[in-house]
Amino acid sequence: MAPIGLEHYLTVAAILFTLGIFGIFLNRKNVIIILMSVELMLLAVNINFVAFSTHLGNLLGQVFAMFVLTVAAAEAAIGLAILVVYFRNRGSIAVEDINMMKG
Amino acid sequence: MIIQTLAFYLFAFISVIAGAMVISSRNPVHSVLFLILAFFSSAGLFVLMGAEFLAMILVVVYVGAVAVLFLFVVMMLDINFVELREGFLRYSPIGALVGVVLLIELGIGFTAWHAVPVGSGNVPAISTDPAMTNTHALGLILYTRYFYLFQAAGLILLVAMIGAIVLTLRQRQGVRRQSISAQVGRHREDTLEVRKVQSGSGV
Repeated sequence: MAPIGLEHYLTVAAILFTLGIFGIFLNRKNVIIILMSVELMLLAVNINFVAFSTHLGNLLGQVFAMFVLTVAAAEAAIGLAILVVYFRNRGSIAVEDINMMKG
Repeated sequence: MIIQTLAFYLFAFISVIAGAMVISSRNPVHSVLFLILAFFSSAGLFVLMGAEFLAMILVVVYVGAVAVLFLFVVMMLDINFVELREGFLRYSPIGALVGVVLLIELGIGFTAWHAVPVGSGNVPAISTDPAMTNTHALGLILYTRYFYLFQAAGLILLVAMIGAIVLTLRQRQGVRRQSISAQVGRHREDTLEVRKVQSGSGV
């Protein structure tokens, strides 16, 4: 069996990222699943950052992965808050109902 | 070495399968639970790569906070999820097409890529001392060289917290609230009266 190198980690990250994209297309109506897909994509990005960081011997990637994590947490909090407010106003979270501001 | 390889394949397969279940599961609660599984096994991958601190942060922040927040919202909102799954099959061909194209592009990109040696050209060497733990090394550069970025990250979290509170705060009618200004602003004359009461007769 070949030793585990950078390519293996990059493959896992690429598959996870693709799954995230696929999830957005698949669950077009459900905002919660779309937010989870975005989280999955950010996780894949983090795996890429950490893989390059450890294999190049450069800690900068891990620092940046930490900032990505921060932004992901903030994004999840704000997104879910918007979702709760939206559900309170409309009683549904279907994506295609979110065109009230079109006038 | 063989244990490392086996652990990698275990974590990688579990995270990919959990990721697939997140997007295809019928029940959103199951989706959130599979998301937690994906985060956990990715934390295992981080440990295998030698980034222990980020692995622990991933478990604490994602599993402990973000995923639980998702679970909370999914269970709190009373949503008809069957209705939301309409169009699942209608959009899957185009989604699969985009996904496959993206995967092929990523594959081509990673095969063509080769690592630039550290310290040469545009890769600055912030190399890790093997005697130092990962957490120690990260702290040494995070609090010195990237201190302003660290502060900015804290500011982002503060703004997100205030934003989430402001968004979900609502003033309900018909609820008795404490009015501090009214409490502080009242006078003794308005509320208290001293009377002389004759002994033997009522007020």
